[in-house]
Amino acid sequence: MSTTVTTPTPAAVPAPTTPASRFSFAPLNVGRFVVWGLFTLVLAVAPLIFTSSLSITMLSQMGIAIVACLSFNMLLGQGGMLSFGHAVYTGLATFVAIHVLNAIGGGLPIPVSLVPLVGGVAGMLFAVVLGFVTTKKAGTPFAMITLGIGELVFAMSLMIPEFFGGEGGVQANRVVGKAVLGITFGPQIQVYYLLAIYTLICTAAMFAFTQTPLGRMLNAVRDNPERVEFIGYSTQRVRYIAFIIAGFFAGIAGGMYALNFEIATAEVVGAARSGPYLLFTFLGGATFFFGPIIGAILMVVAFVLLSEFTKAWLLYLGLIFLFMVMYAPGGIASLIMMNLRVAAYGKLRRLWGSYLALAGTVLVMLAGAAAMIEMVYHLQLNAALGPNLRFIGVPLNAEGLDSWVGAAFVTVVGLAMFEATRRVFARQWGEIQGEIEHEIRRKEAL
Amino acid sequence: MTSSAYALELKDLRKSFGKTEIIRGANLAVKPGERVAIIGPNGAGKSTLFNLISGRFGPSSGGIVLNGKNIENLSPFEISRMGLARSFQVSNLFTRLSVFENLRCGVLWSQGYKYSFWKFLSKLHDANERAEQLMKMIKLDKKRDTLAMNLTYAEQRALEIGITIAGGAEVVLLDEPTAGMSKSETRRFIELIREVTVGKTLLTVEHDMGVVFGLADKIAVLVYGEVIAFDVPDAVRANAKVQEAYLGSVLADQQAAEAGVH
Amino acid sequence: MEFFTISMLNGLSYGLLLFMLSSGLTLIFSMMGVLNFAHASFYMLGAYIAYSIARLTGFWPALVVAPLVVGALGALFERTCLRRVHKFGHVPELLITFGLAYVILELVQLVWGRSSLEFQPPEVLRGPAFTLINSSVDGLRLVWGAAPAALCSAADATVRVVCSPFPATRGFMMLIALVMLLALWLMLTRTRIGLVIQSALTHPEMVESLGHNVPRVFMLVFGAGAALAGLAGVIGGSTFITEPAMALSVGSVIFVVVVVGGMGSLTGAFLASVLIGVIQTFAVALDYSVAGLISSLGVKVSAGAADHSLLKLTISQVAPILPYLFLVLILIFRPKGLLGTREG
Repeated sequence: MSTTVTTPTPAAVPAPTTPASRFSFAPLNVGRFVVWGLFTLVLAVAPLIFTSSLSITMLSQMGIAIVACLSFNMLLGQGGMLSFGHAVYTGLATFVAIHVLNAIGGGLPIPVSLVPLVGGVAGMLFAVVLGFVTTKKAGTPFAMITLGIGELVFAMSLMIPEFFGGEGGVQANRVVGKAVLGITFGPQIQVYYLLAIYTLICTAAMFAFTQTPLGRMLNAVRDNPERVEFIGYSTQRVRYIAFIIAGFFAGIAGGMYALNFEIATAEVVGAARSGPYLLFTFLGGATFFFGPIIGAILMVVAFVLLSEFTKAWLLYLGLIFLFMVMYAPGGIASLIMMNLRVAAYGKLRRLWGSYLALAGTVLVMLAGAAAMIEMVYHLQLNAALGPNLRFIGVPLNAEGLDSWVGAAFVTVVGLAMFEATRRVFARQWGEIQGEIEHEIRRKEAL
Repeated sequence: MTSSAYALELKDLRKSFGKTEIIRGANLAVKPGERVAIIGPNGAGKSTLFNLISGRFGPSSGGIVLNGKNIENLSPFEISRMGLARSFQVSNLFTRLSVFENLRCGVLWSQGYKYSFWKFLSKLHDANERAEQLMKMIKLDKKRDTLAMNLTYAEQRALEIGITIAGGAEVVLLDEPTAGMSKSETRRFIELIREVTVGKTLLTVEHDMGVVFGLADKIAVLVYGEVIAFDVPDAVRANAKVQEAYLGSVLADQQAAEAGVH
Repeated sequence: MEFFTISMLNGLSYGLLLFMLSSGLTLIFSMMGVLNFAHASFYMLGAYIAYSIARLTGFWPALVVAPLVVGALGALFERTCLRRVHKFGHVPELLITFGLAYVILELVQLVWGRSSLEFQPPEVLRGPAFTLINSSVDGLRLVWGAAPAALCSAADATVRVVCSPFPATRGFMMLIALVMLLALWLMLTRTRIGLVIQSALTHPEMVESLGHNVPRVFMLVFGAGAALAGLAGVIGGSTFITEPAMALSVGSVIFVVVVVGGMGSLTGAFLASVLIGVIQTFAVALDYSVAGLISSLGVKVSAGAADHSLLKLTISQVAPILPYLFLVLILIFRPKGLLGTREG
């Protein structure tokens, strides 16, 4: 070792301020146990509360989405690497897992419950190969490379039918191999609990990663990639290793997908899947660890439920995303944390009025805009049914001028009222933030 | 472990950007433990010199020798691992990490933790203690959990130095550490620098002459990319070439003429 | 011979179209540091808006008006959304253009439907610009416009005649692209606003402190880039196809062009556009299988291997992935791009 840790001369080190700093005892972090305990409880109990088969399916999908989005955020939120092609790793792992499932059916002695782990290894290996090229660059070029590789893999998926199964994809049966303790994974509830276990373990593992030297250096690379080089670390190496680890967890999500749906088609590697990972992780909040969990839950709810309500749901999603980027780039998680901070200082009460007003005006604005959008969709897709439709109980005539004028009027009025309430809110928020800063400084001076 | 008498040597170092030659044959030989202040008029190439030494970019020609080994074509992290650390003129911190985390990051490699992801940070007692020590040294222990981007300017400069020395490098380069500080802040800062660089080889770029003459064992004067003088402060002060560089040859002639007349 | 010429010209025209798109992208990136993910969406908007205008007034007014509309929309977006996000950094900027791409795609599908549209070029451009006739007896001849059927079929069975038309739309594409780029070059180098733009490309703060309204310049450049993309859309939509998927397909290619050419380099983008345009056009036209290509290079391919689906693919089937393969190769061997000057 050519470098040694120099100890300062005794005169330079001031005596410890309190005797307590000499102790290595640290109080047990109760909060942490409560949060993780709650998380485990929710995972265990959810299917007992939401018992319909649709709910159980959705809960299973949420588990998969949580692991996928958390692995995506390892790159985005923790590492500052924006990837447009994350579905490559989840999707390729899905294909590998499906083939392994089929092999198990043909006699391969791997328990079905370990298939997600196989997916994880597959995801990791693909990340080793593709990540080498991808992490050569950073920032915007990195994003473009992930896009290019995503397109490459998607385009190739139609060319290699042995692996990708051509148009129809590859199917498998998860009720194969030896049934342990009578668990065959035939019923969805059994699959759910297996996926829940994986979700819990993966979430815990990815959280643990954030508390390791590599995890911290990854954050450092996000904040200042240049400085990292000057403290002895190779920025590219940090990114590459993190990419591989993220690929591992993405692969587990892919394996979970294979178990759940028993089919893998080309679209699992495509942009139609990478896009939502990005969208919803960002919506949930990339700057906090639990943000992607929120995003993942929203993603499943949006895809399964929202799409039933309205054909325009992708448009609404895009608009919400735009607003979030402009006004709340930290996502829902940051909004929650900011309000928790305000509540901790006892000032949340003052904002109730503004929040209600904001919500009200947004609803009005949305009602008007949604009415117009629904009318357009109606003209587009259901023209054969005639121009009349019902929108939240209000009869509208898609070809009638008064419906259009009415909807436009409602939208404009809502917009104006929203802007007015927003300004009031911004002022109040600013005041409160100022007061909080003041109190923090006061406490520091003590 | 040094196989040469010098901690850092520059041998006919040259650097051109396009057609413009910024460093035109700089020569320097710094002994271990020496404190050298690098001064020179604006545009002389001081920051470029630091960038070359620390590996931010490579020289067009010439050699840089650290403890007997050539480092002119190594990458910054390789040079850092060999025991040379630098600070930046514009604070280059990890903005969204706390003061403590910033310092701990600076410590990790030198304590051998490298790219490990199977250990918890909270259990790395030596790294944590070293970071605590550093925090106290740079007097930021009250701001342990403040994010780096929320510190005041002087606090950021202190943290900047803290990260630089965190890895225990033997050769420390400080690029205008007191830039933008008031007189009293500068005084305190120089004390801090003196404390934390005990026993190390120090090179610092400085404009404040009070700092220079107070802190440095030797002064190197860089003009138009060449080291025109490298000597103890008093000798440099009396050096005619240095005077000409700072005051201009016309003025020097005028002074000489006036001296001749009166 | 004529196959080569026509394909070359086709490839060049496609490459020039790609350059029309990637030049706007490069300019916006060089100046504002933001890679406009929605650039291809402006391309798509141009095609769709032109289609609607053309239904009212015919093609030629649409050719002029549609790009202006798209340019105005682009400038509006910059003014209201992008500017607000600028202070958050590069990732949010990229994200907001990504969101815009999503929204534009959905709006287009909302208004014009999900299936492709019949966006026809005007009458005068429908036929071939010229036709190359290669006769085994008479040799190579060029005929303006379409060659009459009589010239294309041989009375005698021993004489082989091949007629290769070069579509007028392609020629028009090349013409417009060259004119537009010439105008752009003239504006950048000869006018005052062009001078301001050039300096703001590398030193926006300095230019602002000299008293120029740099935010307004940004808005102008963004709008101009969008208008250029819209113009490309009018031509591309009428020549190729107008459908919702056109944004994504062309979008990924121009990003590849920009990375391969070297981010921030206009000449690099030009080289990469032409290269990729030509290679893809040739590849699509070639029907040889990959195995055939390998064996023609002298490498022996065994019968069993030749049956493998990967090698059985024809080059035209592989054509869509060629740009991305190119991307990966460039990244391995020359990460800076062909003429890269500026990192992302």
